[in-house]
Formats: sequence, structure tokens, C-alpha cells
Amino acid sequence: MAAISLTGLTKVYPGDVTALDALDLEIRDGEFFALLGPSGCGKTTLLRTIAGLESATGGTVAIGEREVTALPPGRRDVAMVFQDYALFPHMTVRDNIGYPLKIRKTPAARRSAKAAEVAAELGLADYLARRPGQLSGGQQQRVALARAMACHPSVFLFDEPLSNLDARLRLEARTFLKRLQRELGVTTVFVTHDQAEALALADRIAVLEAGRIRQLGTPTEIYRRPANTFVASFIGSTPMNLLPGTVRGAWIRVGDALLPGPIGTDAAAALPDGAEVVYGIRPEYLRYTAQHAADVPGALPGRVTVIENLGSTQLLTLDPVAGGPPLQVTVPEDLPVTVGEPGYALPRPERVLIYRDGNLL
Amino acid sequence: MNESVTRALTTIARYTALSLLLAFFTLPLLWLAFAPFDRTPTIAASLPRFTLDNFRQLLENPQALRSLRNSALLAAGTGALVVVFSALAAYALSRVRLPGRDALLYVLLLLSSIVTGTAAMVPLFNLAFELGLIDEQLGVILVLGGGLLPSAVFILKDFMDGTPRSYEESARVFGASPLQIVRHVVVPLVRPGLATIAVWSVAQVWGNFLIPFLLLRSPEKSPAAVVMYTFYTEGGQPDLALIATFSLLYSLPVVLMFLFVSSRYGFRFHGGIKS
Repeated sequence: MAAISLTGLTKVYPGDVTALDALDLEIRDGEFFALLGPSGCGKTTLLRTIAGLESATGGTVAIGEREVTALPPGRRDVAMVFQDYALFPHMTVRDNIGYPLKIRKTPAARRSAKAAEVAAELGLADYLARRPGQLSGGQQQRVALARAMACHPSVFLFDEPLSNLDARLRLEARTFLKRLQRELGVTTVFVTHDQAEALALADRIAVLEAGRIRQLGTPTEIYRRPANTFVASFIGSTPMNLLPGTVRGAWIRVGDALLPGPIGTDAAAALPDGAEVVYGIRPEYLRYTAQHAADVPGALPGRVTVIENLGSTQLLTLDPVAGGPPLQVTVPEDLPVTVGEPGYALPRPERVLIYRDGNLL
Repeated sequence: MNESVTRALTTIARYTALSLLLAFFTLPLLWLAFAPFDRTPTIAASLPRFTLDNFRQLLENPQALRSLRNSALLAAGTGALVVVFSALAAYALSRVRLPGRDALLYVLLLLSSIVTGTAAMVPLFNLAFELGLIDEQLGVILVLGGGLLPSAVFILKDFMDGTPRSYEESARVFGASPLQIVRHVVVPLVRPGLATIAVWSVAQVWGNFLIPFLLLRSPEKSPAAVVMYTFYTEGGQPDLALIATFSLLYSLPVVLMFLFVSSRYGFRFHGGIKS
């Protein structure tokens, strides 16, 4: 149980590939923290640098009160669960879970008892004598968790903990993982490329791109107010519509249509008329209607080109009449829509975000 | 009609060819199986007039059993040397980025066939002489081990490359030292490879004639392969009874070892990595 603080952390691989670029980050004690980003953004390198499997080329890593930048992984008091679990195939579940204790020279009897105790907590009591090859994917994952728990580390590091499970099991494991983390209260950092996983699990998220943190905040903050267009397009199961527009007083002109500016902030209104901005609105916060009075502003006319059934909702793709990039609208599953019909998208003003030069106003 | 005749003829021709080929390889083995039990063995394979007299005679020969013991000593020594050193070298080569690593391996592999080959006879003898290793079994073990190591490293490196690093990283995070990682994780994972190397080097040493013939002087230190060379009758004729019987005894350990290892290690662990 310890906070993690990274200051100016830099990792440059041979060949001048910068994986981490002077990164500063404070992870609080007991926090469930997600490192989120597309592949190659440096999130796994960051996790491995905290673990000590990669050595930083600059900056420091501190866990709790201790500076651990120069310490080998084994002396940092962290436990890591690998994406492929890395259970030792020649050892039984009991020996796998007890392995960290074996390294610490715990007597065999105590080790075995401890392994049985942790295994029972994770519902693995019946599998102690089996080898990893005889377990299902979900069970293997729990063995990997049990092995990490057995040594009572002050920090857990998970590398893509759910990516090797099939879709159904993943949801189960997600709930399980969140409850487990609450109960143990151990500072946990996990890496994921799945924004839904990060939103669902984490207390706070750092969104990374090219070795830098693009936004740091709670899932709500990051979902509601993405700080820049990169985060905006990355977060959300259907990406945010980002439409180029120009300021017209309190309105934003997108194509031929005038759309409402955001409510609750006058940052956009302060811009001079004609300033170029990006109009951001999530598909969920657009209303769709087939009929709209032509002289009333606030609606973007278009034509439905694709309808995707998402179960409880439908996702419409609308090609604007005035040209420009298509936008997506979420509508209730019972709304009758046909491909090719003309329609209007109406933004909810309190959910509109305006970006200028890529950053949120 | 014509077609089926052609097909029948082809089949007959094929089976005849296969039978001849089979006979070519079977006859020596038949001789090895029958001659030791024959009262008057010749160089032809024939049903023996059964006797165990040849074995009694062999056991009375002081050279025979001692030479088998020597062979075992040389083979075990070289095997242990090759397995331990090639495992450590292969692990390092597999895990540490080294400039020119592959070139190094290929050059070593190329040279290794020269080291224990006929071409290096004189330098090897000189070297052993300078080191005082003439007529020492250690000398034979070192020379043979040196010759086998490059190939062993080459084969084992492939095994090591095939094991995911996350096993070792996992152990590292739990605080295992490099030697602990090798002992607890790497060695168990590449055990089939180690068994392969062990069997292969033992078989190589067991059958090697040149190096012990070159480096060992006293008959009581010579291995079986060299001692067999001395089995002549007083008349200068090869003593077929003795040679046949000894050959059988000489080949048994290797066959047994092969059967044991293939039943023990003829499988691989799997399943610790989710793919």
C-alpha cells in the first residue's frame, strides 16, 4: 500500500525511439489507476518501467517513500500480472501461487498453507494440484492474480488483464477485479487499450499518446470533457463527432447549418466571429428527427446512409447535405428509420464541446 | 487391362526395391544379433549354433569390461560438461543482445566440425601434450566437449528462443536471481532440449574412436571403441567371436538410454501461456 510518483520519467530505446517523454504522474495510495492509449503509446513501457523490467533513461520512480529508480524489480515490492499470465507450466497451481514465497525463503509448509488460503479466496481451492494447462482461461487469470496477491506487495501492476478472455468472461472478470481491488485496497496500475475497460474499472485514468499524458482525470471527467480532440476521439464506445465549423456569435456554423454553442461556458462566445473551431458532440447527445422547420436553426440536415443495430439503440450514420465528414447519431431501437431517408441531427447544447487548435475551450 | 498390369508391375518393382534396401540395412543388424550366440561366427549373418560361450570368454577378458566402464566415464563426463555449459551459453546468447551474435554462432558451428576432426589431429595432440593432458581422460573429455559445445549451444539456443520471456520476467518481479530463474524456470521449460543434448553428446562420445585413440596411451584407460580395435587372435586374424559379442554389449547402453529418454522426455509442457 503505497503511492507511486513519477517525475520526469523518460525512456528512449536504442535508435532514438522515445517511448516515454519526461512524464510526471502521481498515483495515489489505494487507487485503481488505468493507463489508456492506442498501441505504441508507451503505456506498457510505463508499466514495465514502474516494475523495473525496463530501466528509465531519465527521471525517477518512487513507490511510497522509497525511490526505486535504480532497484531491480524484485526489490520494489510490486507484483505484476502479465498479459499472457506467465504461469509456470511445469508447476502445479499450488507451487505457482507459492512461488513468490519460495523466493523469499518461506518454509514449504507455510508456503503451501498460504497458497491454499489465497486460492480459496479466489475460488481456486479445487484446482491446487492441477497444472496451468489443465485450467480454463478465467481460472488461469485468477491463478495469476493469486500469485500476485500471495506476496502482499504494496503495488499491483496488471498488463492488459482482461484482453485474453472471451467477451462474456471479460465482463465477469471486470466486476470481479473491481471488487477484489476494493477489498484489498492495494494501489493498482493497469494498462489497457480498451476505453470501456478503463472507464469501468479505474478510479482515475491517464490517456497516453506518443509517450505523453494527454489527459488525466476520473472516468467521468474524461468522458464528459475530453481535454483535446485525441482523447475525444479515443474515449466512448462510439467515437465523438468532431465537425469543423466557424464561430457566428453564440452559434457555430457547420456546413450550411447553425448549431448551438455550448452552455455553461462562454469561452466559445468570446471568440471573434469567423474563428475556426471543431464542434464536438457525442452520438448519444444528438437528437434525430425526420422533420424540421427549415428556418429554425440548431439542426444539421443530412441523409441516413448506414443503420447499425446495437441492441438497445441504433447507430445512424448521417451524410450532411452540405458535404463534410459524416456524423453518427444514436437513436432508440424502436425509432423507425430507413436507409436513404433525409433527417436532422439536433445537438443537446449542454453537451457540446468546442475545440480550438485541438484543445478544449 | 493393360493399365492394371502396368500398375501391378510398378508395385512389384517398388516392393522389390524396398526389400533390397531393407535387406541392406537389416543384414548387419542381424549379424549383430546372431553372431554373439554362434559357436563359430563368420562375417555372414546366419542362424547361430547356439552358445553363450562367447560371453563367458568376453567376461574373462580383462580389457572388455574395464573399457566399457571407461566409455561410460568419458561419455558421462563429456555429457555433463556439454549440457551445463551449453545451457548457460545458450541462455545468455538467447537473452542478451550481442553485436554479431549470429555470425559468432555460425563460425563456431563451422569450426566445431574441424576441432574434433582428423584435420586437427596434430595441433590437438600438441595442445594436450603442452597441457600435460596426454593419457588423461580429462583431456579426452575436454577435447570432445569442446567439439560438441557449438552445436549444442546452437540447438539449445533455439529451444531458449522458443520460451516466452514473460515467464522469466514474472520470476524477476518476484525477486528471483538470474541463477534462480535458470534453475526454477528456464531449465524445466527446456528440459526436452537438455535431454536431447545429453543423449546426443553421450552417443557421440560413445562412438568416438579417433580422439581417445590419439590422446590415451595406456590400455587400461581406453574406452570400448578403442579396445575393440585390439581384438585379434594370436594368428593376427580379427577375433570375430569376441568382436561380435563385444559389439552387442557395446551398443546396448546407447539403445537403452535412447528408449529411457524418449519415454521420459518425449513430451513437452504446455499451457502456461494463453495464446
